[in-house]
Amino acid sequence: MVKRYLPIVAFGCAAALLPLVCKDPYYLGILVFIGIYSIATMGLNLLMGYAGQISLGHAAFYALGAYTTGLLTAKYRVPFLPALVAAVIITAAIAYLIGMACLRLRGHYLAVATLAVGEIIFICLNAAVGFTGGPSGLAGIPSIEVGGFSFDSDFKMYYLVWSLFILLFLMTGNIINSRSGRALRSLHSSQTAAAAMGVNVISLKVQVFVLSAVYAALAGVLYGHSVTFISPQVSDLMFSVRLLTMIVVGGMGHLWGGVIGAALLTLLPEALSAFQDYEMVIYGSILLAMVMFLPDGLMGAFENLYKKMVKVVRARGNG
Amino acid sequence: MSDLSQIVQFFFTGITIGSIYAMVGLGFNIIYNATGIINFAQGEFVMLGGMVMVWLTASCNLPLPLGFMLAVLIVTITGAAFERFAIYPLKKPPALILIIITLAGSIIFKGAAMLVWGKQTYSLPHFSGEEPLHLLGATILPQALWVIGILMAVVGLLAFFFNFTMLGKAMRACSVNPVAASLVGINVKRIVLLSFAMSAGIGAAAGIAFTPIVLMEFDRGALLGLKGFCAAVLGGLGNGTGAVIAGLLIGVLESFGTGYISSEYKDAIALGVLLAVLLVRPSGLMGSREAASLKEF
Repeated sequence: MVKRYLPIVAFGCAAALLPLVCKDPYYLGILVFIGIYSIATMGLNLLMGYAGQISLGHAAFYALGAYTTGLLTAKYRVPFLPALVAAVIITAAIAYLIGMACLRLRGHYLAVATLAVGEIIFICLNAAVGFTGGPSGLAGIPSIEVGGFSFDSDFKMYYLVWSLFILLFLMTGNIINSRSGRALRSLHSSQTAAAAMGVNVISLKVQVFVLSAVYAALAGVLYGHSVTFISPQVSDLMFSVRLLTMIVVGGMGHLWGGVIGAALLTLLPEALSAFQDYEMVIYGSILLAMVMFLPDGLMGAFENLYKKMVKVVRARGNG
Repeated sequence: MSDLSQIVQFFFTGITIGSIYAMVGLGFNIIYNATGIINFAQGEFVMLGGMVMVWLTASCNLPLPLGFMLAVLIVTITGAAFERFAIYPLKKPPALILIIITLAGSIIFKGAAMLVWGKQTYSLPHFSGEEPLHLLGATILPQALWVIGILMAVVGLLAFFFNFTMLGKAMRACSVNPVAASLVGINVKRIVLLSFAMSAGIGAAAGIAFTPIVLMEFDRGALLGLKGFCAAVLGGLGNGTGAVIAGLLIGVLESFGTGYISSEYKDAIALGVLLAVLLVRPSGLMGSREAASLKEF
């Protein structure tokens, strides 16, 4: 019990104290982004690491979230909370439809279908100029306001984003350690065996997919309201690839993997000034190198190292 | 323009685009049959074909036929090198990893093309002039006939290869059962290499033929690849004849959709077809339902 909650409690304390030390708005802004990406990757990680499926349309769900609350609050003056509920319902409904179509088939049809859905949403966001603002984007999204309290600074957004992250992290951790979580893990080793043990494979996979899409939508909502401007670019395939790379770098199937990947790959472009032109080649190479040489990601490598050290220490203790 | 000539016009435009989708779909099927992988880099081979051809003919001043052959050869080698470098070294990788690898490959190809050729759009001279032909009141570019002709040549060569050559038969054996194929002495690893080389080559030929009509730029590959995949799925994944028919069908649908409904949403038509097929009949038009339920990739 203590062992399970210790890391996240320690992480929470550190996260709560960090802005008191680091007051630079530039760094605070980056930390907000890391938090947003961590939320988006958490869901995708659940899907990849536990259900063994891959989605290339998470950018589209992210954009759906951002555009739904963005349009409702900026254009139609709907209060934030009902807009948020609408965003979650719309995303979940679309994800459910795609999931039902693809996940009842064996194989990785989901990858291609989500790619297609992402492309369709990208096309629609660009083409529906009167509604979404088209390629020039949607501006003037207000800050998140709940019960009269407005999250109108990076400082307040920081606490909102990371509180939500910790909440979702605890929730996801509980899912993984619950009965359905064990059922999920059983899918990874053998779908047939899992089905024989009475696991409803298809329904479970669809649930995970919908949940992961909702996480992406929540991250999108936070993104839209913190930068106040969104364009169809957020639903671009490259963004899905970026999320995917974060997970692969951090470690598929490790809850902390997404956070580590998100932090590293958000800081990387800040550190390299000539990043823009080389972005695609760099992301592609990182992705390729990781899956070829370190398929379990950094978390997997740490775990292996830790196990080896424990072994060495024990062997010495015995000898 | 009368109604009939308009219909003929849309039909021909559709068949031309459809030929490209058919070739991309064929490329998907060749790799899928040999390895069970969906190659996400398929569309990039089309883009590379067009770009390399532009570079060879415009910058190196090679004549068209020589440029064509050399461009196809270069992309074929690129495809083979990709297999040797990124897929060959792994021992029995799970499908999820293979998908990520081909996706990474596609981004690297795209990014590299952007670094080499920049973000501008390139054109290529038509193979045999731009004097349009007239048929029932519709105008047809000679280049469109080239595209259709190249599709027919590819289909003919593939039919000959798979039915009458030892290597082609070995490849078919691999797609039925790789373990059994290796037991009778077929080098499965070499077949996988060959499949990547072949589908890269076919993609390149499609890209070269297509570039004079639509121009080419570094980020064209993904959408072309996705539409080719629509053709492969609609025809029944792994089914060559199906991919050709479905590719042409999607091209025609898209062309009529552009003409009669809206040009802004034209790219969504093929993708909508893909989603509909997955929902209603995932085995595709020509595939058998039973075979589809056993497939795993």
